[in-house]
Amino acid sequence: MNGVLDVALRLLVVFVVFLTFPLIVGQTEHKVMAHMQGRLGPMYAGGFHGWAQLIADGVKFAQKEDVVPNGADRRIFQLAPAVALLPYLLVLLAIPIGPGEGAVGQVLDAGVFFVLAVMAVGVLGSLMAGWASANKFSLLGGLRTAAQLLAYELPMLLAAASVAMAAGTVSLPGILDAFEWWWLPWQIVGAIVFFVAGLAELQRPPFDMPVADSEIIFGAYTEYTGLRFALFLLAEYAGIIVLCGLTTVLFLGGWHGPWGADGLGWVWTLLKTAILAFVVIWLRVTYPRLREDQLQKFSWTLLVPLSLAQIALTGIVKVVIQ
Amino acid sequence: MSLAAPTHGFLSPTGVEIAFLLVGLVTFGAALVSVTTRQLVHAALWLVVTLGGLAVEYLLLTAEFIAWVQVLIYVGSVVVLLLFGLMLTKAPIGRSPDADSGNRWAALTVAVAAAAALVWVVVDAFRATWIDLDGAAAGSTKVTGESLFQHWVLPFEALSVLLLAALVGAIVLSRKAKADAAGPEVPGARDGQAAAERAEGAR
Repeated sequence: MNGVLDVALRLLVVFVVFLTFPLIVGQTEHKVMAHMQGRLGPMYAGGFHGWAQLIADGVKFAQKEDVVPNGADRRIFQLAPAVALLPYLLVLLAIPIGPGEGAVGQVLDAGVFFVLAVMAVGVLGSLMAGWASANKFSLLGGLRTAAQLLAYELPMLLAAASVAMAAGTVSLPGILDAFEWWWLPWQIVGAIVFFVAGLAELQRPPFDMPVADSEIIFGAYTEYTGLRFALFLLAEYAGIIVLCGLTTVLFLGGWHGPWGADGLGWVWTLLKTAILAFVVIWLRVTYPRLREDQLQKFSWTLLVPLSLAQIALTGIVKVVIQ
Repeated sequence: MSLAAPTHGFLSPTGVEIAFLLVGLVTFGAALVSVTTRQLVHAALWLVVTLGGLAVEYLLLTAEFIAWVQVLIYVGSVVVLLLFGLMLTKAPIGRSPDADSGNRWAALTVAVAAAAALVWVVVDAFRATWIDLDGAAAGSTKVTGESLFQHWVLPFEALSVLLLAALVGAIVLSRKAKADAAGPEVPGARDGQAAAERAEGAR
């Protein structure tokens, strides 16, 4: 009975995190973007600095009509948001936020592979949406999504492999147990490659060519309305949480901190994740969108060689210190 | 590990065995649909179900590492590549009238023969081998890595050389096609790359 209760509690916590954290990031994005652009952002909903804006948005989305275009492939069109969203829920299960087995939803032997594999499945949702909408803008968005995924999956994997080599394990808690502070400068190139490639996989600016609103309306999501559209948005913000959490765990030492490691580990994880999420928002406000050919070139001629160089460096240092 | 099986009967299956069988049926069904459906993109998506089902089977056999690699490579990359290719064609929503092949009987024969050969080999080789599901995982990353890089390192290296050759071949082919296309049209171009970029910009 105790075991069942334990599992239920873990699932509940992960589910609550999955539902609330993306909203917090979304609200932060509203406010941070506004202040960076000399605006105030939402100020009315909920009273204090518009804190309830996203709840109001959610209510609005729920009231809207759920339209499926006539020519669309009905079932795939309706299934796509779930395929886009659920993988991120599964990934959250495997991210450790503190030391020990109590602070992770499920300890997995091959955690790194699990998170990267499941994250890649989420992109299938965008592809399904792009194809099933029977809309040429959606189809273009889907094409660009696929091209982007194929280009950026490789550097992301290679960067993660570098950390796994350094730690000698592919389990996420195992990597954190092996972490030392000097891994930070050692793996910094891999960290940047991982983060940038992850941004591209989430289609966040400046890598938002697949949803470029000035060219193809909203890419694969053009035909979506109401709750299904909201689910795609939620997937994007859940993706930010997952990417920042993973970068924290793999490259920034997760629950390790300069002080207060006992009992306060989860605070360090959350703090690092929050700072990275802020950087994600910052990049969106700062950089213009990359063109499609620039996107491809950036990945194949810069990120892939950099991640290969990082792997070589990791291997050399690993052999030397042994 | 390899006990002759007085304690393992087929008439009193455990929960894992039942789950394995059910997932296997789903996988088989999805595979059948993916080769028989007339809707091209649906076929690709049923392939996702098939490959995912295989990953679950690996998990049930405690081969966790293989299972996640299966999802990562096949579902995450190969199917995405397939869908990417399909989107470049005129695959319609709904049935493709010409999505059929005159070779279907030959294909069926080859498929049945291949399946029969594989089933026969596997059954013959592992007839009396049982995996102890309660003990240490027999397919964990550590175990898989050790057997791969200690006992099977030569086949592994041979395969990587094969893949490298394929990679180099793909690059050579794509560069050759580009040079052929750019050569006569843009005489002043320094190389194919510049011409391709110019074409991209003009679009």
